[in-house]
Amino acid sequence: MKKGYELIYKRPKTLLSKRMHYCPGCFHSTVHKMLMEVVEEMDIQEKTIGVCPVGCSVFAYDYLDVDMQEAAHGRAAAVATGIKRMLPDRIVFSYQGDGDLAAIGTAETIHACNRGENFTFIFINNGIYGMTGGQMAPTTLEGQKTTTSPYGRKPDTAGMPIKMAEIVSLFERVAYVERVSCNTPANARKTKRAIRKAFEFQMQGLGTTFIEVASNCPSGWKCTPEESLNWLKEHVFPYFPLGVFKEPAKEKV
Amino acid sequence: MAEIKLMKGNEALAEAAIRAGLQGYFGYPITPQSEVIEYLAVQEPKHDYVLIQAESELAAVNMLYGSSGAGARVMTTTSSPGFTLMQEGISYLACTELPCVLVNVVRGGPGLGTIQASQGDYFQAVKGGGHGDYHIIVLGPNSVQEMVDHIFLAFELADKYCNPVMLLADGAIGQMMEKVTLPEPIPYKPNKPWATTGKTPDRKRNILTSLFIESEEMEKRNLRLQEKFKKITQNEIQYEEYQTDDAEIIVVAFGLCSRISKRAVDIGRESGIKMGLFRPITLWPFPLKQLEEIASRKNVKFFISIEMNAGQMVEDVKLAVCGKKPVHFFGRLGGIVPTPDETFNAIKSKI
Amino acid sequence: MLQEMIFAGFGGQGVLSMGTLLAYAAMKEGKEVSWMPSYGPEMRGGTANCIVNISDQPISSPIVSEYDVAVVLNQPSLKKFESRVKKDGILIWESTNIKEPPTRTDINVYGLPAIDKATHELKNVKVMNMIVLGALVKINKIVKKESLLIALRETLPERHHHLIPLNKKAIEMGMKLI
Repeated sequence: MKKGYELIYKRPKTLLSKRMHYCPGCFHSTVHKMLMEVVEEMDIQEKTIGVCPVGCSVFAYDYLDVDMQEAAHGRAAAVATGIKRMLPDRIVFSYQGDGDLAAIGTAETIHACNRGENFTFIFINNGIYGMTGGQMAPTTLEGQKTTTSPYGRKPDTAGMPIKMAEIVSLFERVAYVERVSCNTPANARKTKRAIRKAFEFQMQGLGTTFIEVASNCPSGWKCTPEESLNWLKEHVFPYFPLGVFKEPAKEKV
Repeated sequence: MAEIKLMKGNEALAEAAIRAGLQGYFGYPITPQSEVIEYLAVQEPKHDYVLIQAESELAAVNMLYGSSGAGARVMTTTSSPGFTLMQEGISYLACTELPCVLVNVVRGGPGLGTIQASQGDYFQAVKGGGHGDYHIIVLGPNSVQEMVDHIFLAFELADKYCNPVMLLADGAIGQMMEKVTLPEPIPYKPNKPWATTGKTPDRKRNILTSLFIESEEMEKRNLRLQEKFKKITQNEIQYEEYQTDDAEIIVVAFGLCSRISKRAVDIGRESGIKMGLFRPITLWPFPLKQLEEIASRKNVKFFISIEMNAGQMVEDVKLAVCGKKPVHFFGRLGGIVPTPDETFNAIKSKI
Repeated sequence: MLQEMIFAGFGGQGVLSMGTLLAYAAMKEGKEVSWMPSYGPEMRGGTANCIVNISDQPISSPIVSEYDVAVVLNQPSLKKFESRVKKDGILIWESTNIKEPPTRTDINVYGLPAIDKATHELKNVKVMNMIVLGALVKINKIVKKESLLIALRETLPERHHHLIPLNKKAIEMGMKLI
């Protein structure tokens, strides 16, 4: 580094130097970075094992420099359960989208939470199936247009968007649930803090930890990255409010 | 010390798994094999395996995937409808090359079917019930003792080839009690450098995946699998012959049917009919060459496959015999186990 | 020597445990055994049966269609299995409960009022099956009484061990009935 310059930012060593396949403006890359910063800062690379889903983040293992398993669509929670039960002293996370976690894998999600499986869900909820070209997700908003709800999601036939953070916070053995976003630098920092907290709770064996990221999909939403941020504020947050839904009692922590 | 006990097939296989160093069991109760998870649940406090009653067979097989990937010696057991649900996971396990043991204590189908013994899942087991080009090694135990022996063998083969290995049993073998010799427990020390146990500085990260989006890469993985399947076929075929040396009629049967057929052969011999029994023990790989050799013998007049289904293994027998001799079939369906007498009469009717 | 036997009755009459005890006793004597139950909804109060094979040689088929011995404790089982006893074979039937007795004359038939005996003389109807078992081993000598007692000790859970003397008494009562 040149004399007189100060290093104020660098890529975490746990994030591989590789061009990501994610679309410009997508939160996946932000969350990947936050996640790997936490792994680096907590010095847990040797202990961290991740599970990739089917969806846009199916290739997450190309970027995250930790041991990873690729799960079948929807089964990440069951796969993570298998890993964590065999290796209880490791930090295990599943990284899943809304189709994976809240449609095809709802049973696995619910039952892992009900058992209080001691791993961390990182749930990227962008309200659409990005990878397959913008079809309706279980979290697509009422009236939102997608390729399979071309006239807008109709609750009469498609139901209302599923609020996973709210649902899983009902389970006794779920320790920590927070919905975050990455639409502003402040919110991105909050996301990182939430991931760190979840990992710390996991290390203490407090039960399931669940971070839902209210995310965007400029390509699937057919808008610019900037417009996607506005959509989040105007439409997504009112229905999917950010905040902590459940936290361990202070004496447990 | 080895122990002699009177045990049900299902319980014996559970005890065998413990003695073979079981580290994780994931399953969902279904008749006629729920005794396996029940037995393991009772024994759990005395051992340190992980036991999860999963929310479904789908979840169970994926827990198997995760825990096998984490380097553990793991097993699941189920019966026909449950095994169908597991096919997704089995295809992934096979492609990712994860070792594990699967047991299907078969009941009569299709659909919800009956809970009585059947061999109706032969095709599903040996032809690959899930999607894509893969094989799992399939063993066909025919006694409570073999439920035990094949569990040890299955774990060994699974680790040797990094491939799922299954026992294709049936409700009768699962439910019946026989005298069984339980071998000494073996200490299991996994040596699985590919397992996702946490990336240490001395190695690159381990990735376990069945996703190869580039066709060239996918073909490469496929070729590697095919190479492995070839090696398994060369090395691991097991079969048993009974009175085949001078036999004019070769009865082919596996699992429970092989015992019924053995009795039928005895009945035949007593009445002066030269019959013999050929019993495939590995159902995949199937002893094609061995049967082909028998088909070339001058004294052999015909083959007959005896099965508890509508005629599944008989297709493999025909492949092996390759038109050299006639191949007949006799089977009972829907959970009915043929008796030695009716089996003998069916064989006799083809003379 | 191969003995192929079927035990049949209502679920709860103890036919499966009768077969288990016999198979276990035979195993203790160094014989080859197989015990094949009917299973499923029958277990819940319907008819239940088990086939027990005992031999000096490895047993080929655990399932057979004709039996050397049939032990039947209810009418439906008698109806089903009487015809399947081999010529000169043995048929034992429970005579308090079965109203229409067997009719075959080419087999050895033994009617035992086991329920009546167990209820009135032993004050416990549950050991009715042991009376029948005692009679069976007296008739065909397939195992020794001592082996049955060992089997009782080794197959009954500890918490039921106080019932061993009663079971022993029932076995002996059955032997005396023949």
